[in-house]
Amino acid sequence: MTRVVVAMSGGVDSSVAAALMVEEGYDVVGLSMQLYDQRETEDGAPKFGSCCSLDDLHDAKRVARHLGFPHYIVNFEREFKATVVDNFVSEYSAGRTPIPCVHCNADLKFSTLAERAAGLDASVVATGHYARVVFDEEHRRYRLQRGLDPAKDQSYFLFTLTQDQLAHARFPVGHLNKTEVRAHAERLGLSVADKPDSHEICFVPDGNTARFVERHAPQAPARGEIVDAEGQVLGEHRGVHHFTVGQRKGLGLSTGSPLYVLKLEPVGERVVVGAREALGSHELTATGVNWISGQAPDGPMRVTARIRHRHQDAPATVVATGDGTAHLRFDDPQMAITPGQAVVFYDAADAANVMGGGWIDSR
Amino acid sequence: MQIYLDYNATAPPAPGVVEAVCRVLRDTPGNPSSIHAPGQQARAVLDDARRSVAELVGARASDLVLTGGGTEADNLAIRGAVEALDTSGRRHLITTTIEHEAVLATCAAMEARGWRVTRLPVDRSGIVAPADLDAALSENAGTGLVSVMHANNEVGTLQPIAELAALAHAHGAWFHTDAVQTVGKVPVSVGELGVDMLSLSGHKFGGPKGTGALWVRRGLKLLAQQTGGRQERSRRAGTENVAGLAGLGVAATHARAGLQEYATAVAARRDRLERGLLEGVPGTHVNGATESRVPNTSNISFDGVEAELLLIALDLEGIAVSTGSACSSGTLEPSHVLTAMGLPASRARTSLRFSMGADTTDADIDAVIGRIPTLVDKLRRLSQTAASVGGRPRVGVRPGVGGKR
Repeated sequence: MTRVVVAMSGGVDSSVAAALMVEEGYDVVGLSMQLYDQRETEDGAPKFGSCCSLDDLHDAKRVARHLGFPHYIVNFEREFKATVVDNFVSEYSAGRTPIPCVHCNADLKFSTLAERAAGLDASVVATGHYARVVFDEEHRRYRLQRGLDPAKDQSYFLFTLTQDQLAHARFPVGHLNKTEVRAHAERLGLSVADKPDSHEICFVPDGNTARFVERHAPQAPARGEIVDAEGQVLGEHRGVHHFTVGQRKGLGLSTGSPLYVLKLEPVGERVVVGAREALGSHELTATGVNWISGQAPDGPMRVTARIRHRHQDAPATVVATGDGTAHLRFDDPQMAITPGQAVVFYDAADAANVMGGGWIDSR
Repeated sequence: MQIYLDYNATAPPAPGVVEAVCRVLRDTPGNPSSIHAPGQQARAVLDDARRSVAELVGARASDLVLTGGGTEADNLAIRGAVEALDTSGRRHLITTTIEHEAVLATCAAMEARGWRVTRLPVDRSGIVAPADLDAALSENAGTGLVSVMHANNEVGTLQPIAELAALAHAHGAWFHTDAVQTVGKVPVSVGELGVDMLSLSGHKFGGPKGTGALWVRRGLKLLAQQTGGRQERSRRAGTENVAGLAGLGVAATHARAGLQEYATAVAARRDRLERGLLEGVPGTHVNGATESRVPNTSNISFDGVEAELLLIALDLEGIAVSTGSACSSGTLEPSHVLTAMGLPASRARTSLRFSMGADTTDADIDAVIGRIPTLVDKLRRLSQTAASVGGRPRVGVRPGVGGKR
């Protein structure tokens, strides 16, 4: 029997993923990552997040016991802080809106956890992600594809995966929709069948990212000016980390027409606001670009591109500009292109295929 | 295959224990506090158990408070003493940095109620220096209680209790020892140790979990922490766990009979395992004094190997060991014991604790010596490969706050 490791969060998706691997005849070992100190309390409330809390770890254990495979908790607190939390805090402080889930996938689940799996003679890490990996026989390489359920597709968070990582990854629920996954959970009698999905950033359970950043980077400047596009000062703010591009609420300004955050300038601690029309833009530069095939394309490539998880991907042309960067131009203007978010390119010819992605640079 | 080498976490039931528990549960269901015959039968069972445990530690039966385990005994000792001494003007408590969490957490709680707590360091071998206790006692106006464990649960090192207790008494302080890891493994005599209170735990020597005792020197006024009825001479209220304690008694009798054999046979196996691993695996180190420890424990570091991963790999092959204290839940800081001994976090992260018992066989030891070198070699090669590939590409890591992009 081939041994696989299933990364288990305690949620229904990874639990069903584990069950399906068991049913396929694999020798499954469940690993749950412990990512933060569960004992620490802040303001009297437990510090742990909405995912991978002690209760979640116990849920994962219970599922493993029910399905009959061994389960362990591995402590990744140090690695999580270094690769996910620190990046999260520094990005916000630099006026960008980060996506910690991408780093967790790239640097933890499909890296550190995969290394642990190899130590246990498991050559595959399976997760509950809604995405698919297929092997392209013709081109002798792996393709990353969207999950079949468009409402749950998580391919956006997996754009960094390399060919090597894809070769050792499995997504057992990627070809199912959420209803089918819950149906599997019911069929198997899993205790987590009715567990609600987690939507927040797992380590910021109350959603107050600004306060989280302040706690971890107390030296970040706390005051600055809100200005319009001409530089006229409209008001004051308490730190650029409170804002994201496209934001309307929380500006504390009373003007006639609604104003939106257009740009964050951390060096001058300025928040630039303007009318909604000014939020649209055709172009962006991406850095840290990963091409799923392993090779940057020659010349311009037609794609559909997504600039945030909840965004309908739109037609665009992307050009690799060397050194892990790319330039992208949308056919139509897109609202609130946000530095720090990811841009993920899908094949214009076959929208299921992820071609690659990168980090949206500050303009 | 299941090879169990985690006796310091818990031991399987000793011969006769399960039968005794079931028999008493079924046949002697009375409440020991009742005056009638069924009650008195239960009381008799309790008395037998108490006597058996007392003999194991060279004590008078009536000086034993039967508890629900070692942690409860530690809590009773420390909290009970603190409450009794609260108005004595000696609101100072001395303990060590290597105590079990049951003692450390309780001492911290005493700090919260206004007692000063001094935590004595240990040396590299994990042993408290009597001179340090002397200094702590001398420098403080008055010390109410000193609590030092008899043997440490992670590395097994034995502390010089008799000497420490004498020092405490010279300064008018009470002395408590957490003997959870020694009772049933080495000869323990409250008289020879010269202590005022001693905690023990049943499941460490084959009794049921949820049973233990605190021996208290006659005349020491301890305030009950579980209050209610007058059981245990008003020192621990509540109807006694008769069946469980019957099992404790059987385990105590069995342990006492086997102490001599235990010391030689178990020590021989522990030494053979240790030698086999030190010789068979490069980059291994024993943590803690080897000449002054309980006979069953070996704490070994494996350079360049995540102990957590090695533990899982061993468990998948049916070999059960530990990375140290079993008690942490929710977090995995490097062992406070190894840290107190001055070992770096990297050493703590690569350490495993092997603790065996009377039932451990030579075949068990051979199997472990046979398996570990290959496993360690594989894990080392894998982590070297990961390192030589230059680590993972760090995705989108940016300069810090305000840095130029």
